[in-house]
Amino acid sequence: MNGPRKQTLAVWKFASCDGCQLSVLDLEDELLSLADNLEIAYFIEATSATVEGPYDVSLVEGSITTLHDAERIRAVRANSGVLITIGACATAGGIQALRNFADVEEFARIVYASPDYISTLATSTPISAHVNVDFELNGCPINKQQLLEVISAYLNRRRPRVRAHSVCVECKRRGTVCVMVAHGTACLGPVTHAGCGAICPAYNRGCYGCYGPKETPNTASLDAWSGLGEHDLVRVYRTFNAGAGPFRQASEAHERS
Amino acid sequence: MSEASRTRTIRTDYLARVEGEGGMYVRLDGRAVSEVKLRLYEPPRFFEAFLRGRSFTEVPDITARICGICPVAYQMSSARAMEDACGVPIDEGPIRDLRRLLYCGEWIESHSLHVYMLHAPDFLGYPGAIEVARDHREIVEQGLQMKKAGNALMTVIGGREVHPINVRVGGFYRPPTRAELRALIEPLERARETALATVQWTSTLDFPDVRLDPEHVALADPDGYPIDLGRIVSDRGLDIEPAAFDEHIVEEHVEHSTALHARLRERGSYLTGPLARYSLAYEALRPLAREAAREAGLGPACRNPFQSIVVRAVELVQTTDEALALIDAYEAPDPPAVAVEPRRAVGHGATEAPRGMLYHRYEIDEDGTILDARIVPPTSQNQRAIEEDLRAVVERSVDLSDEDLTLRCEQAIRNHDPCISCSTHFLELTIDRE
Repeated sequence: MNGPRKQTLAVWKFASCDGCQLSVLDLEDELLSLADNLEIAYFIEATSATVEGPYDVSLVEGSITTLHDAERIRAVRANSGVLITIGACATAGGIQALRNFADVEEFARIVYASPDYISTLATSTPISAHVNVDFELNGCPINKQQLLEVISAYLNRRRPRVRAHSVCVECKRRGTVCVMVAHGTACLGPVTHAGCGAICPAYNRGCYGCYGPKETPNTASLDAWSGLGEHDLVRVYRTFNAGAGPFRQASEAHERS
Repeated sequence: MSEASRTRTIRTDYLARVEGEGGMYVRLDGRAVSEVKLRLYEPPRFFEAFLRGRSFTEVPDITARICGICPVAYQMSSARAMEDACGVPIDEGPIRDLRRLLYCGEWIESHSLHVYMLHAPDFLGYPGAIEVARDHREIVEQGLQMKKAGNALMTVIGGREVHPINVRVGGFYRPPTRAELRALIEPLERARETALATVQWTSTLDFPDVRLDPEHVALADPDGYPIDLGRIVSDRGLDIEPAAFDEHIVEEHVEHSTALHARLRERGSYLTGPLARYSLAYEALRPLAREAAREAGLGPACRNPFQSIVVRAVELVQTTDEALALIDAYEAPDPPAVAVEPRRAVGHGATEAPRGMLYHRYEIDEDGTILDARIVPPTSQNQRAIEEDLRAVVERSVDLSDEDLTLRCEQAIRNHDPCISCSTHFLELTIDRE
């Protein structure tokens, strides 16, 4: 008996640490049933067997840092029905977007003895700066349960249930005492996108913003409460989501003042 | 054209089942191998450059992002380097024990992934584990469950499996409770049974008869199997503190790779990772792991890279067994971190990532601002040895068809579990014989 054609999934990598695509393999309880329900057509870290596109759903990890990758992402877009970016690199440029605030030739000289061998762009940019993106999943790294929700939503043609409110809401739901109010610990939770489950405050530390900006974040208000100096404020916004609009604007404002 | 003068090119552009992007290029003139290149083209991300100007307290979180498969290794080497710089080494006690327990979680997760998902398909004749699961679902499922036990350790101690949040310079933010760790005993006991079965099963796989002789380099820990600290030693007389790394090991930049190549100043290429650790520290294995290795016929040293799958399985017995012992003896460190005050200094840290030794060196100023950073991942150190290994494998296998030779070469590379994301700061495989 022939059922309907299985939908196809492809996983692509650009400049990144591999952690977000590893989240697919970290779905220890769901991976094999996922593979029963869709065809993993291109996933080079998991299998050398590849199926020609086009693909129904493409997951894209990593940021664009070379001319070759800028071309490659256009080919991926042209070959994909739905394109979903996974993680801070693909969604905001990643930690490697710190080069956007510096001189990349100087960076290459610091790391490589023969910088002439290195071809790289002056910036690290998110996928959305190059092609149309259907859904962006935040996080450094992404939450694997959220990834499963997003894949499931697109396969079933419904909207993913991924909320854009702050980490604070997750702390309240988890019953974690506010580290900022109770202990004076600086915390980016009020301006950071939910999704991790508010892990850091549950471990007695402030949120460090690895899920990027929430919807309509009020960074100026938080910064006045934080007790941090301008130099430290530049640093806290310049990590894994340094290139994300509201975080970039906040760090640049503190750099000027 | 006669056979003797024929040139063949064997290449793979996108090597599968490795972490990160790389390829391979091999050229044969007749039966002689004229060129072997492991091409690492993962785009550089310049960690050492943007670490300059950051605070010494930020290194565990930032350097974790070099690798999603072994973030704990980066957190441990960087934290140790900063503690060394500030004069507060943590070489024993409950903080060290908890670090070692977290590190066991990463070894279990990473080795389970490599043995079952990345390496075993080569021996079983499948393109990947998903395809293996279509015919042998129970094999893949037991691997995934063992991996899950490692990830559970990472999640309880570290907060999550990828890029844990609970490691800081000086120790931890919040130690787990005894009750949280006790919940891991049952899955870890099952993982230990799986690990023992994995040693037995992998030892029955069909291995090419290969013996290679690179210098083996690993840490030596007087208290046990090398994981989280130790002197850097080799089987040819190297025996140094991590602080002397630069005096003995140099890194070079070659055109075909965005990863720097490391070599011993005096003797050239060397190999770090499971084969080196096992061969140098066999006597330090826990009795259960040593007995499993002996029953599998492994001997006190292993020089066949194809058998690294058995050695990783032995290390899975080692780390599941040790994790259970550490949980049994656990007392929460109080305080969870020691105070680390910055001073103008240089610090060094070396630990054993699942795929080999990882060295960090930082120079900081009096307020803890990073002036200079150097990170030498295991795959950079192994690149030359892997190329020499490839050359030896091709020389012995020139009569294979291009297709079979390509597969054999890819397998020779995967034997070393290269992590390209780490090393570029890696693989495209091409065998050239026109």
